Amino acid sequence: MAGATTLHLGGDHAARFESRAATREAPWVKWLILGVSLTFFATFLLMPLIAVFVEAFRKGWGTYLTALSDPDALSAVRLTLTAALIAVPLNLVFGVCAAWAIAKFEFRGKQFLITLIDLPFSVSPVIAGLVWVLLFGAQGWFGGWLMANDLKVIFAVPGIVLATVFVTFPFVARELIPLMQAQGREEEEASVVLGANGFQTFWHVTLPNIKWGLMYGVILCNARAMGEFGAVSVVSGHIRGQTNTLPLHVEILYNEYQFAAAFAVASLLALLAIVTLVIKTWVENRAARALNLETAVSRLSIARKPDEHDVLGIGQTPAIR
Amino acid sequence: MSIQVKDIHKQFGSFVALDKVSLEFPTGELVALLGPSGCGKTTLLRIIAGLEQADSGQVLLEGEDASGTHVRERQVGFVFQHYALFRHMTVFDNVAFGMRMKPRAQRPSESQIRTKVHDLLQLVQLDWLADRFPAQLSGGQRQRIALARALAVEPRVLLLDEPFGALDAKVRKELRRWLRNLHDELHITSIFVTHDQEEALEVADRVVLMDHGKVEQIGTPEEVYRHPATPFVYSFLGSVNLFHGRIEDGTVQVGEDVLHDQPDAFRQGAEVIAFARPHELDIVVDGEVGKGVSARVNRVLSFGITARVELDGVNGSSGQHYEVELARSRVTELGLAEGQIVRLVPSRLKLFERQAASPQ
Repeated sequence: MAGATTLHLGGDHAARFESRAATREAPWVKWLILGVSLTFFATFLLMPLIAVFVEAFRKGWGTYLTALSDPDALSAVRLTLTAALIAVPLNLVFGVCAAWAIAKFEFRGKQFLITLIDLPFSVSPVIAGLVWVLLFGAQGWFGGWLMANDLKVIFAVPGIVLATVFVTFPFVARELIPLMQAQGREEEEASVVLGANGFQTFWHVTLPNIKWGLMYGVILCNARAMGEFGAVSVVSGHIRGQTNTLPLHVEILYNEYQFAAAFAVASLLALLAIVTLVIKTWVENRAARALNLETAVSRLSIARKPDEHDVLGIGQTPAIR
Repeated sequence: MSIQVKDIHKQFGSFVALDKVSLEFPTGELVALLGPSGCGKTTLLRIIAGLEQADSGQVLLEGEDASGTHVRERQVGFVFQHYALFRHMTVFDNVAFGMRMKPRAQRPSESQIRTKVHDLLQLVQLDWLADRFPAQLSGGQRQRIALARALAVEPRVLLLDEPFGALDAKVRKELRRWLRNLHDELHITSIFVTHDQEEALEVADRVVLMDHGKVEQIGTPEEVYRHPATPFVYSFLGSVNLFHGRIEDGTVQVGEDVLHDQPDAFRQGAEVIAFARPHELDIVVDGEVGKGVSARVNRVLSFGITARVELDGVNGSSGQHYEVELARSRVTELGLAEGQIVRLVPSRLKLFERQAASPQ
């Protein structure tokens, strides 16, 4: 996941490796490995995806559209979008702050913070949901107070947002930390010495350097925010038309034997995933190109004027001021 | 603008980077901070710039205490070792950056900025590169753009951290001369850090030699080269031959051999280190026993104007290597052969008493 830019660099290296007799493997090795990976790909990735769309259209376009325009389905779409719209910006801000703190400052407990950021990845989504129930549920720590003030968190929209934020916490930060660590502090120091203030430095120097990594993190964060099932399921309460997100709606439809409708809604989620992947690939390409520009250009076409060695060496310099 | 540092002390953990350093940099001079890596020179430069905070001590800019002044307000130009150009900006935008970041009231108009940037790019002779990105430039070009960018904010001092460190030998030499010319033109107080003695001696008005967080010597290039004040400066500047000896009866005794000198300042029996430059040694083939230090000829290299003779120590100073520079005619006259045992006689010898802590 950290390698937003590493995927696209190996291409011509691999081609060269293969074309040389000295480094080439026997053909059967190549075909065996290709065969195994393609079989896996077809069975575990492609087939389920096709199945979703085939099942969705089994009863024709009419049923498909009815399933999607059902008020409960529309409300689920709305809730999913709302949760993502809140969770993604929150984690964007948090991710940039955390990555900045970790990459640019020395402080006590840094390692602990790095470890803690990964917690949502390592903990089961059920726990992630249960935590909020324990905190804000009727029997939870703050349950009494919330009830007294007539505030609803669990089995309501705030709970769903909280669970989504928790689960998608690490994406942006994890993406940015290695990137910012690799870039170091020099450019920012240069900016400050030149008189820029903190915000100017962030906006003009830091942000442009991390923008592709940031975009990549946001896309992954968004995909997860919209697709999260486990944690949201625990806090949602499954109230139709009110606290059902898209994934929860699919489950309910399926449990009620409305297979075509379930798959229709599922196809919507699958489509979302495909769009995300396309955007992600595009971002990766852009990031790789930005990186290649730096390495390849500096290697191949250093700017050189024919008479440059003369220009370099001459004695007098034109006056300034 | 003059710069003064007073009793600057800086420690990283238990490592003392700067040990009560006090220095003065007069207005308009180009000063080199010279020393081996880890001697604290870069740390000192960064403290002057404000990029690093000293544990104690003061930095005075034009007589005013700047210790509490933010980097932004110090008006220093800093050129980083690896240039630190903004990689997503063109050369033009890089140079214009400092002017564009000024508060609105002080900011020049966009057309003024354009004129200024082109002036600066002409000054560094890279006007034709304005639309390129840093990745498309060679090391030497990046270095000059970094300098133009630092000059754009009209700094009162220019600080350069290993300005030619990452360049190849030829470009380095050209840029060195170019920097000297530029300084003569602008007369801006400048400090540059380097570990290359040739660079420091060639470019700077004054050289500050540092080792282990301490200032060893300050002086013009000629002073520090001709009259090194400490054993460190002696061995750091130029090649040098070193003898470990002891004072006995007004002579310097090296092993069983005697190096002639008048070491009046030293007490009988003192352990000393003696230094002689390669050109301050002569080789004697048939000298009387006991005069000069014995050595075995290892190699004779005579392709330059002068010839260089490499020798290995014998008689108690084995493991030592010596280097002697002689006129080619003298080498021919001596008819040296590899493996021959000869004696080294110094025409000039600099003695230092060996401290208990100094290495064997």
